[in-house]
Amino acid sequence: MSSTAQAQKKGFGATLWDYLTTVDHKKIAILYLVSGGFFFVVGGIEAMLIRIQLAVPANDFVSAGVYNQIMTMHGTTMIFLAAMPLLFAFMNAVVPLQIGARDVAFPFLNSLGFWLFFFGGVFLNLSWFLGGAPDAGWTSYASLAIASGGHGVDFYALGLQISGAGTLIAGINFLVTIINMRAPGMTYMRMPMFTWTTFIASALILFAFPPLTVGLFFLILDRMFFANFFAVEMGGNTIIWEHLFWIFGHPEVYILVLPAFGIFSEIFAIFSRKRLFGYSALVFATILIGFYGFMVWAHHMFTTGLGATANAIFAVATMAIAVPTGVKIFNWLLTIWGGNISFSTPMLYALGFIPSFVAGGVTGVMQAVAPLDYQLHDSYFIVAHFHYVIVGGVVLALLGGLHLYWPKMFGTMLSEKLGKITFALFFFGFHATFFIQHFLGLLGMPRRVYTFVGDQGWDLYNLISSVGAAFMALGVITLVINIIMTSVKNERVGNDPWEDGRTLEWAIPSPPPFYNFKQTPLVRGLDTYWIEKMEGNPEGMTYAEPIGDIHMPNNSIIPFIMSAGLFVAAFGALYFIDGDKAWPLPVLALGLLITLGSMAARSLKDDLGYHIHKEDLLKEGGQPGGH
Amino acid sequence: MDINKQYSAQTWPDHPETATLEGKNKFVGFWLFLGGETVLFATLFATYLALKDKGPSGMEITASQLFELPLVFIMTMLLLTSSLTSVYAMFHMRSYNFRAMQAWMAVTVLLGAAFLGFEIYEFNHYVHEFGFTYGHSAFSSAFYTLVGTHGLHVAIGLGWFILLMIRNAKRGLNLYNASKFYTISLYWHFIDVVWVFIFTVVYLMGVVG
Amino acid sequence: MMRGLKKWRLFGLAAALMAFLAACGEEQISTLQPAGQVAEDQFDLLLLSTGVMVFVIIVVSIIYVLAIIKFRRKKVGEDVIPEQVEGSKRLEFIWTAIPIAIVLFLAVPTVAVTYQLADVDDMGVVDAEGTPASVTVDVTAKLYWWEFAYPDLGIVTAQELVVPTDEPVYFNLTAADVKHSFWVPSIGGKTDANTDGVNTFYLTFDEESADLEDGVFYGKCAELCGPSHALMDFKVKALDEAEFQAWVAAMQESTGEAEGELAQEGQELFEQSCIACHATSGAGTTGGIAPNLATFGDRNRIAGYLPHSEENLKKWISEPQEYKPGNLMPDPGSLPGREGEAFSEEELDALAAYLFGLTVEDDM
Ligand code: HEA
Ligand code: HEA
Ligand code: HEC
Ligand code: CUA
Ligand SMILES: [Cu+2]
Repeated sequence: MSSTAQAQKKGFGATLWDYLTTVDHKKIAILYLVSGGFFFVVGGIEAMLIRIQLAVPANDFVSAGVYNQIMTMHGTTMIFLAAMPLLFAFMNAVVPLQIGARDVAFPFLNSLGFWLFFFGGVFLNLSWFLGGAPDAGWTSYASLAIASGGHGVDFYALGLQISGAGTLIAGINFLVTIINMRAPGMTYMRMPMFTWTTFIASALILFAFPPLTVGLFFLILDRMFFANFFAVEMGGNTIIWEHLFWIFGHPEVYILVLPAFGIFSEIFAIFSRKRLFGYSALVFATILIGFYGFMVWAHHMFTTGLGATANAIFAVATMAIAVPTGVKIFNWLLTIWGGNISFSTPMLYALGFIPSFVAGGVTGVMQAVAPLDYQLHDSYFIVAHFHYVIVGGVVLALLGGLHLYWPKMFGTMLSEKLGKITFALFFFGFHATFFIQHFLGLLGMPRRVYTFVGDQGWDLYNLISSVGAAFMALGVITLVINIIMTSVKNERVGNDPWEDGRTLEWAIPSPPPFYNFKQTPLVRGLDTYWIEKMEGNPEGMTYAEPIGDIHMPNNSIIPFIMSAGLFVAAFGALYFIDGDKAWPLPVLALGLLITLGSMAARSLKDDLGYHIHKEDLLKEGGQPGGH
Repeated sequence: MDINKQYSAQTWPDHPETATLEGKNKFVGFWLFLGGETVLFATLFATYLALKDKGPSGMEITASQLFELPLVFIMTMLLLTSSLTSVYAMFHMRSYNFRAMQAWMAVTVLLGAAFLGFEIYEFNHYVHEFGFTYGHSAFSSAFYTLVGTHGLHVAIGLGWFILLMIRNAKRGLNLYNASKFYTISLYWHFIDVVWVFIFTVVYLMGVVG
Repeated sequence: MMRGLKKWRLFGLAAALMAFLAACGEEQISTLQPAGQVAEDQFDLLLLSTGVMVFVIIVVSIIYVLAIIKFRRKKVGEDVIPEQVEGSKRLEFIWTAIPIAIVLFLAVPTVAVTYQLADVDDMGVVDAEGTPASVTVDVTAKLYWWEFAYPDLGIVTAQELVVPTDEPVYFNLTAADVKHSFWVPSIGGKTDANTDGVNTFYLTFDEESADLEDGVFYGKCAELCGPSHALMDFKVKALDEAEFQAWVAAMQESTGEAEGELAQEGQELFEQSCIACHATSGAGTTGGIAPNLATFGDRNRIAGYLPHSEENLKKWISEPQEYKPGNLMPDPGSLPGREGEAFSEEELDALAAYLFGLTVEDDM
């Protein structure tokens, strides 16, 4: 039974309660999708404001201070609140199905991870209404972040701390799920590529987020609790922040792009009707990229003054990442080579990705040439580079993945026609916006400028860039229309709507029943479902067990309350430094009490879940929703 | 898994903590979590080393003047011993001896609490004897943050121990709570290992100069 | 098919753009028109790496376009199920080995130039008589302006860096408040001005700036430093050796004394309200909190970016926050001796006359 159909039956209040308490990975996926999508539009609107302001020289559409807030929030929102949650949406929706699991390893923590992210994101964005958003850039370099007045940077530090905790929890959850919950026969080397990239990205989260956590704590302690980590006159050192941020920040970009690679791997295989070429090389390259990801952070600091030896080492280490990434590109090319290519919407995104990402990747390698980076650093060349890899890699994957997995998540098919229009508008707009920015950088335009003086050779290029951005907006609007129309029409689809599905998620109904697999499947090779299909198995699966009772976790409101507690506590911490109010400390204590109290409640109360009985399963469908 | 299922020392599995899928998940998940914690502490250590003895110009207090080994040595012994007693507790958990397990956990908690008491005394001493407050210098911030984060972990560990002991006092051992006992003891060992590094890097190397 | 064509057109476009840009970027600020040895080295690296990258893109594009054309469903057939190829060891080897070779090829000049550009061994070296063989400038970046001190020469200036051509000029770079970054695109890449510690580097200026459109190279702050980061511009005058020496001498003698009646009135006002922050002599004896104005009359811009006109100067003095949000120059009303009063038009005239009269180039 579909969630929309349920919603109609259940009434709004009950549906809302259901989503607030759900621990079902498929519903949590929808929560991530909706909130990530919302933040994507917020970040996108901020991007549009940036481009409007920079369309012409000496524009005064927004003021300098507001521009810095918009620019900071655009980067922060897009990275932490849009791209990552949207990837989590697909990971949640797909990975348990791909490995033949009934749910993730820790359903309760899955919900907690989501709500932490959600409350952190809301907290961060409330800064707009409470005295101004953070304005020190998404990198929030320490000297400026400490000097920044108002509470903007406090919102940044506390908001990211809360949502970062959620991300860390989600990462651990996926790791354990993939290690422990694979169906019988699903060896590591039979795991679908998207599962593999989720696995490695989660490992990166596990090791990359703690440095960010620590850095943010230093920032919070310095700004709010009298510490001196970055106070130079007290012996502090601002470069520590740069290291901590980039030890997190560089792996972060691979946390974003690896799952994107995974989505594209699925798309290439499905829409070329061909097994992934060089699967094991792809796996190996993924691991290698993840590993190298931790060795190169200082390429963001070439101009900081670390010395020639450090720069040289980090330069060469950075270039090395081109090798495993190239392995991936060529294996994808060889996957479509000799295949039977259908130009469905998801495939358009995948095909658009290859030239775009290669262009972005090679400019990355140019930036790795340290002495050249002295020129490129903090110029629009960098802005061009990272939007080429992020928009050309991650966002195209998100849009492609949305079209690909929409039927699996919602049981309806997005319009192919509108999908192609979206692609065309977005793809054209993307190149128009960012290609020209390489030249802006080379012509001497620094990034993060709220305006520029005319006649420096930049006027025309900035205008072109802004016009391109408008096309991207049109693309996004078309997508929204598509989604609305599809949901209104509500034409249901079957298990394998793309007809060439290869992995287990396509073997079960769209959307899947809440317990996923009535019987755990037996995996007999890579591309499980394809194997069964080719052998003419009408069930689409071989079963590893007879039908029996299924153990399910209970729904719980505790994750929501725990996260809300931290949200409350954060306000206390934030206003503590003002010193003119009596309430911050009690509020801080109250918030922490709510969180710790609900944590204690959770551990004191046994939560053993419930069983769906065999008889109900045989009656088909069972009873939807948790208890 | 049926929480009410009764075991005897014979039917009790060798590795009760990983005997169920939930237990296995918890086991793997907690190890991974400790991996993340390791990075967290590594970062704090690196920062401490970078900021050691750094302060406003003319700052007089340095690590070698501040730290006194005897006190820290006692603390180290307390924590090391508590790690050992938690091993005993786990030993009895595996051999299905609930009361002995509870007893050893209680000893662990007492030792941990004593450690924490000394730490609070130590911090208090620095503040009042030397004026070495949290905001005194970059050095003081880094020191209190590193050692204090460890102390916070100890406090959380104590609370967790106590909660588990009270909650399960009447219930005895089963496969549902075995993995919980196991994870807390794992956590406790981790805290202990971190302390060994603090003892070496902060105190020993601090006193040496 | 369509997209393949589009891509090729894109490359054509790229090549055309390249040519177009090299001819037409603004030479006082474009990295594509290097005017110093450092920028030239970097430009060479740009050309080299661009060449390599275009090669990579071409290889990928050829395979890509061929694959899309040859294996599209229209051509292959609706129901065809292609052979499920597992992979190829040999191909894997090839596309691992070739990129490794390319990376190594790129790594060699990278490492070499990295060390070369970091070579500041000759900084501060003195000849037999004890006079320094080269010019060293201490750069201090402040919200939102630049101070250039020449410790060996005993002079200080601001906003406009003056350097000799055709010899390495050494820099000590630091920041007074928050982090900034020093960048003169046509002369060489950027170096960060950190709040903790000093960065040293060198640049060479191979072209005299007098030949440029405005007679100066453009410099930028390249690290976000607050609201007016975008406006934290500076200018560079590169003079030949003789002119430079003349400038130094004139600077050393400059006193900041006004000539003419109106200007003297201005000076009085200035000494009442401004001198606490602004120095007006080449030696930079007073002030130090704000830009030294000893060369104000010679400058190209006001406050780094406004055209150098009397009108703009008056606007700036009357409403500094309007033109550089967040900068540290107070409104007239809160200046010493003003007691909340703005400058009258006459007072502004006097100040302008005084400030525009502050020049050393006339004495060179
Ligand atoms: C998804 C995000 C993403 C990805 C995947 C990448 C990928 C890469 N990035 Fe990028 N990067 C960012 C996001 C990303 N980056 C962001 C957000 C910033 C700016 C942050 C900020 O300052 O705000 C940044 C900044 C940044 C810098 C710092 C620039 C500066 O500020 O001065 C550098 C420098 O080395 C760099 C390098 C690289 C390299 C070498 C890769 C490589 O992984 C690319 C590898 C891919 C290829 C090379 C293409 C395919 C390969 C082949 C076809 C094989 C043959 C190729 C060769 C032999 C060259 N990046
Ligand atoms: C995931 C990451 C991500 C994504 C997807 C984007 C997407 C975009 N970015 Fe962003 N960007 C960053 C991450 C990202 N960016 C980061 C990290 C920075 C650095 C910040 C810093 O320096 O600190 C940055 C900085 C940055 C700058 C430089 C600012 C500066 O240095 O001053 C610019 C300028 O052009 C820019 C533009 C854009 C544009 C036009 C898009 C477009 O692709 C956006 C497309 C989206 C839309 C167009 C949605 C529009 C929606 C609507 C119009 C509403 C319709 C809605 C309904 C009908 C309901 N970005
Ligand atoms: C509290 C210190 C202070 C006082 C007093 C002050 N200024 Fe300034 N002034 C500054 C600062 C700081 C700047 C640099 C602003 C920037 O560019 O960010 C500046 C910049 C200027 C500039 C532009 C400098 C250039 O090189 O382009 C002029 C002209 C100027 N001030 C004139 C005056 C006059 C005239 C007065 C008195 C009537 C005055 N200032 C008083 C701090 C001060
Ligand atoms: Cu100074 Cu930007
Ligand atoms: Cu990076």
